[in-house]
Amino acid sequence: MDYATLLQILDTTLRLATPLLLACLAGLYSERAGIFDIGLEGKMLAAAMSAGAVAALTGSAWAGLLAGIGASMIFAALHGIASITFRGNQLISGVALNFLASGITVLIAQALFAQGGRTPPLTGDARFNPVTLPGAEALRDVPVIGPLYYEVISGHSVLVYLALLAVPLTWWVLFRTRFGLRLRAVGENPAAVDTAGVSVVGLRFAAVGITGILCGIAGAYMATALQAGFGREMTAGRGYIALAALIFAKWRPVAALWACLLFGFFQALALRPDVVEAVVQVKVPVPLLDALPYILTVLVLAGFVGKAIPPRAGGEPYVKER
Amino acid sequence: MDRLPRWADVVLVPLISLVFAAIISALVLLVIGQSPVEAFKVMVDGALGSAYGWGYTLYYATSFIFTGLAVTVAFHAGLFNIGGEGQAQLGGLGVALVCLSLPWPHWTIALAAATAGAALFGAAWALIPAYLQAKRGSHIVITTIMFNYIAAALMVYVLVDVLRPVGQMDPASARFPEGAQLPALNDLPLFNLIFQKPVPANITLLIALVMAVVIWAMLWRTRLGYQIRAFGKSEAAAKYAGINPVRITIIAMLISGALAGMMSINNVMGEAERLLQNSSEGAGFIGIAVALMGRNHPFGVVLAALLFGFLYQGGAELGLWTSIPIEMRIVVQGLVILFTGALDMMVRMILGRIFGMVRSARAMRTA
Amino acid sequence: MSADANSMGRQATAAPFAIELKGISKSFGPVQANKDINIAVPRGTIHGIIGENGAGKSTLMSILYGFYKADSGQIFVGGTLTPIPDSQSAIRAGIGMVFQHFKLVQNFTVLENIVLGAEDGALLNTSLTKARKVLKDLAQEYELDVDPDALIEDLSVGHQQRVEILKALYRQADILILDEPTGVLTPAEADHLFRILRGLRDQGKTIILITHKLREIMETTDNVSVMRRGTMVATVKTAETSPEALAELMVGRKVLLEVEKQAPRPGPVVLSVENLRVRDEHGVDRLRGISFEIRAGEILGIAGVAGNGQSELLAALGGMMKASGKVTLKGQDLPLSGAGADGQSRREAGVAHVPEDRHHHGLILDFAAWENVAFGYHNDPKYQKSALFMDNDALRADTEKKMATFDVRPPIPSLAAKNFSGGNQQKIVVAREMEQNPDLLLIGQPTRGVDIGAIEFIHKQIVALRDAGKAILLVSVELDEIMSLSDRIAVMFDGQIMGLRSPESTNERELGLLMAGMTGKTTGEAA
Repeated sequence: MDYATLLQILDTTLRLATPLLLACLAGLYSERAGIFDIGLEGKMLAAAMSAGAVAALTGSAWAGLLAGIGASMIFAALHGIASITFRGNQLISGVALNFLASGITVLIAQALFAQGGRTPPLTGDARFNPVTLPGAEALRDVPVIGPLYYEVISGHSVLVYLALLAVPLTWWVLFRTRFGLRLRAVGENPAAVDTAGVSVVGLRFAAVGITGILCGIAGAYMATALQAGFGREMTAGRGYIALAALIFAKWRPVAALWACLLFGFFQALALRPDVVEAVVQVKVPVPLLDALPYILTVLVLAGFVGKAIPPRAGGEPYVKER
Repeated sequence: MDRLPRWADVVLVPLISLVFAAIISALVLLVIGQSPVEAFKVMVDGALGSAYGWGYTLYYATSFIFTGLAVTVAFHAGLFNIGGEGQAQLGGLGVALVCLSLPWPHWTIALAAATAGAALFGAAWALIPAYLQAKRGSHIVITTIMFNYIAAALMVYVLVDVLRPVGQMDPASARFPEGAQLPALNDLPLFNLIFQKPVPANITLLIALVMAVVIWAMLWRTRLGYQIRAFGKSEAAAKYAGINPVRITIIAMLISGALAGMMSINNVMGEAERLLQNSSEGAGFIGIAVALMGRNHPFGVVLAALLFGFLYQGGAELGLWTSIPIEMRIVVQGLVILFTGALDMMVRMILGRIFGMVRSARAMRTA
Repeated sequence: MSADANSMGRQATAAPFAIELKGISKSFGPVQANKDINIAVPRGTIHGIIGENGAGKSTLMSILYGFYKADSGQIFVGGTLTPIPDSQSAIRAGIGMVFQHFKLVQNFTVLENIVLGAEDGALLNTSLTKARKVLKDLAQEYELDVDPDALIEDLSVGHQQRVEILKALYRQADILILDEPTGVLTPAEADHLFRILRGLRDQGKTIILITHKLREIMETTDNVSVMRRGTMVATVKTAETSPEALAELMVGRKVLLEVEKQAPRPGPVVLSVENLRVRDEHGVDRLRGISFEIRAGEILGIAGVAGNGQSELLAALGGMMKASGKVTLKGQDLPLSGAGADGQSRREAGVAHVPEDRHHHGLILDFAAWENVAFGYHNDPKYQKSALFMDNDALRADTEKKMATFDVRPPIPSLAAKNFSGGNQQKIVVAREMEQNPDLLLIGQPTRGVDIGAIEFIHKQIVALRDAGKAILLVSVELDEIMSLSDRIAVMFDGQIMGLRSPESTNERELGLLMAGMTGKTTGEAA
């Protein structure tokens, strides 16, 4: 494999890792606050459809982004009402909302555009277009580093850089702010937060809200940056891969970045079986590459690759004890 | 909160959840500019208005009984098996391998062997998550989701690279031999009085109904069922009583996986007669809705499976005769799961208020 | 308006009370936990609140802390009417609470737990720096030293409790409520705690101490209020009362529940335990070489502060926990790990077990009474119809019979266990285990959360089983119960047996010393 191919694959890795990373960080806020969310997939899908539709109608990618966040927030609110207000089963709520999103996105897209559940192809300002980072052109001819900077680091949509920026920001919020301390506490022992005079419900809704925002960006990225429009089931299980990455990263923001890049790398490889074959000298079935993130996650869950200990109060609705 | 009488808990709560789901579905239809009344008419007509429609409704219901029972058994052991989809797909592989392995002389023998194959493969696919949950504490919800995706990838590989006959384009197995083809309802005595034209519903329906009775008896009449239910209610108490948690977790998941796998005799052997990609078509997931709607009781599961059979056939008819996309049925499915599974407390609270009001009104009258 | 304020002001100066509760009532569904409670706590005192389990003490204090909302009544803090709708208001009013079950985040540091909810500003650093300094001062002032950077999960229970007290002091609480603080402490830790509390009182803080232990009340408090079945029965000066008087107030009649029983007629050895050891999943040694014997027709009582290995002893003998050593039942080895070390094998061997915690172990609360009667005995041949099926009809009939014998009310086999009262739930468990006619009965906290009538009934049953020639191992944290039922008493401390006594030749004082791990005085092995 030559250097150019490697750069190409790394470039694809970054593009494919971005929605995973946004969704993974989204899940991180929710799960750190003690609300399991297997509905990341549904929120992304709803956001992708909204973003695709509004971007197509207004011609503005930014309007699409806002619409995507809005749609995702509605689903987040539903999850919050079911699992916080009515103390329902968080897993079942997540499953239900995934189905709801899967169906309703096609229904609405079909009603709006009558193109078989797709939104129209986006062009120009209706998409987030690549931005060239400062100095990329100038450094292009510097050996090794130049192409790396130009091909891999530069030339992505602004949402990619936003996702990367969200990693240190999340770390800082979680470990250096009052909100982060309370958020982590409510996921470990809500009674401690409650008796300290802080609202458990308020904190958890705030966390679920942040999850909604980040999933919204992830979905909007899918429809208006990674691809040019919404197509049915376009998230294709990315919400679950993000969940896998979250477990793989043991609910830590920086580790989440590496996990998502790794899983994005697998996805990039699955697009280039020829390269894989050339490197390992054996014909590797593409489905195996597709399945790798899931297999890795199972291994992590089984404790073969480090032990993943979820937040202690995760999945349990908070009831004041009698 | 007022305590609900038992009949309200068993009958009213799921019914009201269903009404909520129906109301929201109607609103969705209004929003996208369709008439809910018209849509409902098309669904009833298409799914229940003819023997042909019933043939499809019952065909779908058959699959859903299996997957609903699968989720139910796991639920009673306190396990949420979201892996029914993957287990059903592997069950399909089991059916295909059995059917393609021999020139079966008669469908009865083939059916017995294929059922065993389906159950075995489905159970095997549930075994690893079960073992990891029991022995290593890996959350079974996440592992079964992962196993759905691994199953999907595995099936792509098997169908493209292994089972696909030479020269065939689409990723599917060869057609099953004639001796492995199941009689549809129109081939069966008595049933053929109703179903005069070929329908997809087949003899598997009867197996599904028998399985519902078997699972009911297993859960409430046998020591194994007693232990599964006790373990599902309280793991700590089960340990006190000497119920082995590892054993019960694994057995419950094996039964669950076997049931999910067995749905493949309906769709793979009974209908498609060859193994296709994504053969289970989401029926594994519908099992969740069916189990919740059926209150985790096998007889409730049969009723809920019929309802979803209607919904699926009706939804397909919508796709054919109206401009409402077939995905409408996934919306309803999601809403039913939401209301029966996650918002049941809300429904109970509303009902509790109503019962409280009725009670106090009655008390006032007698006073 | 101004007149009101004036009268309020006068009241404030006139009233020396830190806390005054007036007419507090609180119901949970049909259960009235607090009925028209009035209480006044003078400033700068330690005020005890004593009562049996379920008397409503914890509910009352949770209302004072804003954890529950009272249905009616008023709260005055420092003479001012102060509504306390939530914990935030309680904290603002200067009230701090140390719950029975600590409210700490296990994987946070001490410092993080202390500032949680009481941070200064949106960024953590300033809060943590400040808390570190305050903590240092508090540690010196009140003997409350804890490593601020230690994780809670690495601290001993006693230290975790200190963190809870520090949390309250950091929030500048003037009134500190402690709910059953010594239940999980060793006697030495408890003494340390009381020293701290007296120090706090001397600094002008007001302490409310909730307990059901008379000794603590007598040794520590200035005043004591007695609660019984949701009502406040009396408030007296501690110096002017006696343990006997308090006990009578608590229970509502003369106590010292002497159980009528004949002298024991011990037969051959039934259970022999040699060098029993248990190490829990965290690698902590819970039982450190326990040896004893129980004969037929004999009750061996295990006394001790909760958490000194009694639960593990029952769990190991009941097949719920792995152990090592040698245990024989009528000469037959009982496996302590691997195959045969489970509840089923124990039952088959003739061991019945009434567990300490009936809600978590003894019953499946959602199951009907008849299903609970089969719990643990679901493999018993008498409940089987065939090789495959259980005989549910036989089970229902059997349940009806047991309910009659043990006077379970209401006698409805199909009623779910959760719908019975605590006493009747316990009777179901006791009936199930005793009617199996075991060689050995393990029975833990037989009367915890059980009403007086049921206590007497259960005690009689235990004695009757002894008189039928069975061996009984009784574990209870209630010393009265141990004293009145046991034929011999073993005292456990820190996973070991500190001594064996006979009830006639010992007294509460001596047992108390043994429970505290002190073996200085010996009266010789009891027979």
